Amino acid sequence: MTQQKVTKPRVGLFVTCLVDLFRPVVGFAAVKLIEDSGCTVDIPMAQTCCGQPAYNSGDRKDTRAIAQNTIEAFEEYDYIVAPSGSCAGMLKKHYPGLFKGDPAWEPRVAAFSAKVHELVSFLADVRGVSDIDARLDGTVTYHDSCSGLRELGIRAQPRALLGQVDGLTLRELPDSDVCCGFGGTFCVKYSDISNAIVSEKTSKIEASGADLLLAGDLGCLMNMAGKLKRQGSSVETRHVAEVLAGMTDQPPIGGRG
Amino acid sequence: MSGRQAILSKVRASLAETGDDAARRAVVEARLAKPPKGVIPARGKLPDDARVDLFETLATKFAATVERVRSPADVPKAVAAYLRAKNLPAAVRVGADKRLAAMPWDREKALEIRSGPSDGDDEAGVSHAFGGIAETGTLVMTSGKDNPSTINFLPEHHIVVVEAADIDGDMESVLAKVRKKYGRGKMPRTLNFITGPSRSGDIEQKIILGAHGPRALHIILVDG
Amino acid sequence: MQITSPEFKSNSRAALADAQLQKALSNVRSGFIDKRLKAVADLPEFERLRDSAKAIKDHVLSNLDLYLEAYEGKVLAAGGKVHWCQTAEDARQAILAICRSVDARVVTKGKSMITEEIALNEFFEKNGIAPVETDLGEYIIQLRGEHPSHIIAPAVHLNKEQVEEDFRRVHDHLAPGRDLTEPEALLNEARRVLRSRYFEADVGITGANFLVAETGSSIIVTNEGNGDLTQILPKVHIVVASIEKVVPTLDDAAQILRLLARSATGQDMSVYTTVSTGPRRPGDPDGPEEYHVILLDNGRSAMLGTEFQDMLRCIRCGACMNHCPVYHAVGGHAYGWVYPGPMGAVLTPSLIGVDKGGHLPNASTFCGRCESVCPMRIPLPKMMRHWREREFERGLNPAVARYGLKTWAFFAKRPRLYRFAAAMGIPALGMFSFGKGRFSWLPFAGGWTRHRELPAPEGRTFMQQLRERDAVMKQAAR
Repeated sequence: MTQQKVTKPRVGLFVTCLVDLFRPVVGFAAVKLIEDSGCTVDIPMAQTCCGQPAYNSGDRKDTRAIAQNTIEAFEEYDYIVAPSGSCAGMLKKHYPGLFKGDPAWEPRVAAFSAKVHELVSFLADVRGVSDIDARLDGTVTYHDSCSGLRELGIRAQPRALLGQVDGLTLRELPDSDVCCGFGGTFCVKYSDISNAIVSEKTSKIEASGADLLLAGDLGCLMNMAGKLKRQGSSVETRHVAEVLAGMTDQPPIGGRG
Repeated sequence: MSGRQAILSKVRASLAETGDDAARRAVVEARLAKPPKGVIPARGKLPDDARVDLFETLATKFAATVERVRSPADVPKAVAAYLRAKNLPAAVRVGADKRLAAMPWDREKALEIRSGPSDGDDEAGVSHAFGGIAETGTLVMTSGKDNPSTINFLPEHHIVVVEAADIDGDMESVLAKVRKKYGRGKMPRTLNFITGPSRSGDIEQKIILGAHGPRALHIILVDG
Repeated sequence: MQITSPEFKSNSRAALADAQLQKALSNVRSGFIDKRLKAVADLPEFERLRDSAKAIKDHVLSNLDLYLEAYEGKVLAAGGKVHWCQTAEDARQAILAICRSVDARVVTKGKSMITEEIALNEFFEKNGIAPVETDLGEYIIQLRGEHPSHIIAPAVHLNKEQVEEDFRRVHDHLAPGRDLTEPEALLNEARRVLRSRYFEADVGITGANFLVAETGSSIIVTNEGNGDLTQILPKVHIVVASIEKVVPTLDDAAQILRLLARSATGQDMSVYTTVSTGPRRPGDPDGPEEYHVILLDNGRSAMLGTEFQDMLRCIRCGACMNHCPVYHAVGGHAYGWVYPGPMGAVLTPSLIGVDKGGHLPNASTFCGRCESVCPMRIPLPKMMRHWREREFERGLNPAVARYGLKTWAFFAKRPRLYRFAAAMGIPALGMFSFGKGRFSWLPFAGGWTRHRELPAPEGRTFMQQLRERDAVMKQAAR
């Protein structure tokens, strides 16, 4: 019994700041899914944000400080998993560049980044999960968030796992690979352009005939949900992990009605 | 020369190079003399017949028309028939190409042959291609008095004779033949690669044939 | 041309409100993306060709001085002339001198972004020379006194009704009853008018997609054939090209040509790929009597050896803007200078300064679609981020944004404080939504709530809930 416990891989869950602040259920869904896949989950309290707001604003110095904090908090784990393609992409693909030429940090960041995974691809690719014990009666559509899709190659995995959910029908979203217009600070700095882009997206979501929109990144989800709500749409929005974990009791993102 | 020196110095300063680095020069000269073999699409690597068929298929796909004849002697008749079918006057502009000149044009009594470059008033021009590229259905034309470049662009209808034996699988093979004919590092004034008739998509991205060059490209493929 | 890049925000607001423009922009989405996808799918070697092409350009750029010298030598050997120009003004003066030497009054032009960069048309007009754009799209926008809004589809911002209006306004020979409602009729009208202009021209100017060091050739790629008529009919052919256009050999050009048309228009090959070397040869019945190359630096040499060097691999196919959500939304003119879209967002600050072009690399969602389709594998988002870093270092971004970012970073670097602040603020914020689950308005969130609802926090933060859950579990275990 003790022996078996030791051999379970230890996962450090990088909750992401948006999940922590706005949508804790995604964090609990992630914990359940990772545990169900045969791992133990820890949530280091020293985590804050991956640093993208600073990184994408050109503030390399603060980004590096935040990255050091994240690496220190997580490097002891076998895997570091985040329920977000964009945050996982930051940890996995962008952290190494921050420490280029620093002999003390280069090996550390390389070892750290190699262990980082986005949640759904971690379940499907690393843990080989093919059986999902969840039920959702309804028609859903799926938006491929940009960082997950293009930095981490996440496309087939969420579709495969959603295919295991009882009662769920997946209707493909035309141009599901086109940006929703979120872009972090972009959506407030260039809010009119962001609005044009998200309006294009929501009209396709509406036309898809789905009653629930899913994606793997909370930033995009809040953007699309916010627009759908403003337009008075009845399409609801959730993080894909909520559905996979069967945790859909609380109101969708942006509330009901 | 000041602009030249200034630009070269700036380039060298940015690259942190001196410009008289013998090793760099040797690398560049070697590469110019013998480019590395690039990626050649498998598409064109075919036996003779299949290669010519691919050329025909792709040229047709890109809106050229292709007609096959058995020998050069059949070309004048094919040209005359094309003009009749398109309701065009029985006249063509032709350069001094010896292969074209050797064809029995006199058998087409009604056909007027205008020699020299095009003046912009020709309905139809006939050229002989240097070769063809199966990979993309492309014709390869070299300038000069044999096949003046103006005939490639000014007539409304461009009729091009190409021999099956001159059709290569890929662009690099044709370029090797150009080097062989003109000498390494030397070129005719103009080498035209032509893939279908002129077109434009500049108004609402709708493709329309016949922008400034020929509205129609007719290829007469002479099987060997 | 006047630079309006600093007004990107107001430019883009005007563009979003322009119904004609929005209608025309839908053609970008439908006209390019699917065709490219199909052409790429039909060539299994496409990805390997991208690697090959990138390697070729990287090699050239790191030996650019030597390839430029080799190229020049071959141009001279073929009877051409090379004019090395450091700045746009040097280039304009060199071109003017050539035109004056043959008393040129009419100059035809093939499509060339570099002549936009040096604002050649305005300069010609000031000097009594009539420039005639011959590419259909360029001709249309010249009639309108506009600039290209796309690097390969200059008039993509227009609808056919607007083109008809312009033709009726300018072509005074047109009978009022003549039907010009369809693109075919418009094209035929332009073909007829331009045909005589080709013969009138004393000088023809083209750009170059490639300069070939092996042979001293310039290569242009067109679909209309206008670039060819521009260069073979007048007495003088001037090629205007920037220094990074050089490739070692014709074979290298062939590698990149396989990517160019597929990425640009989804064609396997453009209709006309033309390799021009020197003036007409003795005995040639046509072709130009003089061949000049304007070899322009205009800021490129300063990009070498920097984090922006990769941008010099660009072959101007336009795939990045064809796939850019921001370009789709606002079109090319909003970018306020010559080069729009993602490639413009990187190149423009290099050429006009980040103080003027700073908006462009910021106006990106970093969706990465541009990089994913760039045939030359240029890391466009990464370079936009480099521009943001330069701006940040120089304190060019707005004070409010800097202050906000610094405050946020202060907390993000201090996990305990961060936890505390989140635990204080978030549940309170959640309560303010009064169970609705979202906000229609919030102070300091106008950028968000102007166009969308802001989903409210569920309640307590994840970390708070987790601590409680752990406490309950510990109690149960006791």
